[in-house]
Amino acid sequence: MSIENNNIETSEKTDITPKADIKKSDKVEMTPVLGKKSLSKEAKRANRNLMVRRGINTFLRYFVLILVGAIMIYPLIWMVGAAFKNNSEIFSSMNPIPIKGTLDGFKNAVKSYGGNINIWKSMLNTYSYVIPQVILTVVSSVLTAYGFARFKFVGHDILFGLMMAMLFLPQVVLNVPQYMLFNKFGWVGSEHYLPLIVPAAFATETYFIFMLIQFLRGVPKELEESAQIDGCNVFQILIKIIVPMIMPAVVSCALFKFMWASNDFIGPLLYVKTPAKYPATIFVKLSMDSDAGFDWNRVLATSLISIMPNILVFFAAQNQFIEGISAGGVKG
Amino acid sequence: MNKLKKFGKKNIGFIFIIPWLIGFLVFKAYPFLSSLYYSFTDYNLFTGKSDGFTLQNYKDVFTIAVEKTALITTFKYAFMTVPMKLVFALFIAYILNFKLKGVNLFRTIYYVPSILGGSVAIAVLWKALFNDNGLIRSGFALLGIDAPHFMSDPKWALLMISILRVWQFGSAMVVFLAALKGVPTELYEAAAIDGASKTRQFFSITVPLITPVIFYNLVTQLVQAFQEFNGPYIITRGGPLGSTTLMSLLIYNNAFVSYDMGKASAQAWVLFVILMIFTMISFWSQKHWVYYGDEEN
Repeated sequence: MSIENNNIETSEKTDITPKADIKKSDKVEMTPVLGKKSLSKEAKRANRNLMVRRGINTFLRYFVLILVGAIMIYPLIWMVGAAFKNNSEIFSSMNPIPIKGTLDGFKNAVKSYGGNINIWKSMLNTYSYVIPQVILTVVSSVLTAYGFARFKFVGHDILFGLMMAMLFLPQVVLNVPQYMLFNKFGWVGSEHYLPLIVPAAFATETYFIFMLIQFLRGVPKELEESAQIDGCNVFQILIKIIVPMIMPAVVSCALFKFMWASNDFIGPLLYVKTPAKYPATIFVKLSMDSDAGFDWNRVLATSLISIMPNILVFFAAQNQFIEGISAGGVKG
Repeated sequence: MNKLKKFGKKNIGFIFIIPWLIGFLVFKAYPFLSSLYYSFTDYNLFTGKSDGFTLQNYKDVFTIAVEKTALITTFKYAFMTVPMKLVFALFIAYILNFKLKGVNLFRTIYYVPSILGGSVAIAVLWKALFNDNGLIRSGFALLGIDAPHFMSDPKWALLMISILRVWQFGSAMVVFLAALKGVPTELYEAAAIDGASKTRQFFSITVPLITPVIFYNLVTQLVQAFQEFNGPYIITRGGPLGSTTLMSLLIYNNAFVSYDMGKASAQAWVLFVILMIFTMISFWSQKHWVYYGDEEN
């Protein structure tokens, strides 16, 4: 409980803007109170009623928030606890805290699976394509956004329209023909995850281009103009002026791409064929299929290990995530 | 020569979009159009056989029981999940907007499922929770209630997956919250002076002013729900009795289990057309119910 209180305080400290607003909203509900000196009895009573009502309202709001928060977070906490339980204990009570804690789940989770794949190796596989995907997506999206937002060229408007239309082209229509295309290229089952990495180099995540263009529109052009007068060419302007200015949006793109790419399931399901190359998502799914029903602590421990990097990244950069999502809204 | 140089200088920005243009042509436009072509054939990737033009794939979607059921299930799923998710997201965002202490903490907690929810690990967790001898059922059993068999009862399995996605209301909520912060407080002050209750204020001020964001969330969430794949594939494998076989899962099975690319392409195109119709209806209808503050009328 004390930990929670601490969190509340620290999160309050970082939050500066709402304070002014608190005063404002107080004023709204206090409007019946006029001068302080000339309060009649009725006014005092009305004032007290108002205070009571406000108290009840605040209480109700907290009650709902805490209740919903508890329901939201309970499965995750239970999952952590269950990974430390033994299998007979897991479903015997709702209590997330293990009575007889055991590390068996984790010990079994890190054992090798069928000889050539284990959880660590599968995670290494995951990041061996996720990191190139993130870098390539960010670079190609920044280039595209810069091109569309800052230049006019022949066919600009038509191409821009096509680009925006891609926002509404669902991946589900593309899965089948893309598979056939990559099959023609001989990329299916590629050792180097080519079908997952190569498209990232060509700005195929339209949403990020859109997000960066939106951000660029808010950046004044004066700096670029003066840099141009000083003799900078368009590439120097991009690297020295644009990129530093849109850094917050770039970071948001990178973070979201990191999360999505490491959670991606259908991509590796279609294109990774050798067990030694399985990423964590496929590995977790397979270990669930083989062990669910009798070895839940192992399955849950495996799952938990597989999402640890994502959890750490999220908590390290939670503000960027939330700001990124508020800026334009992100799927998820 | 001089002219060419001038032309190059004027169009220099084009260089920056070349990677996108290649990606668009190779990884989007070509596959998109080729799948339209394949949808009118019975091309099988495994045998490599194709007997030319046919409309059979499209007829099948609306006549063969399995495919018809998948289409209906997809609709049911989308229209169950999206409204629940949005109403919940808006409700919580509304409460968070009261500038209570610790709002940031709550916002983070509510957002965690959204960021992790797409992972296989969470699908595994869901299976552990809703299994026939899983946590939810044993919890109800402790209270003496015999809860439904979520995993093996065709009536409940779809709802279970729906709940998984509603649980991830966080991203929709954050978008709503950002919009609610943009509603000028003066409007509430004025309404309060006029004696409007909080409920009245919510429906007469808040909702109309954030319609653009409601619209945005509605479209994006619908598009997502119509493409749901991970939930049914990992948790229920489309069962029990096909009750969670959504279109995307059926497409996957046709394409990558039986290599029937023609059939899968046709199903994907039907799904695409449905999505386009919904998107278009949303865009068309926004004139009537979406309020954009910068418009004169």
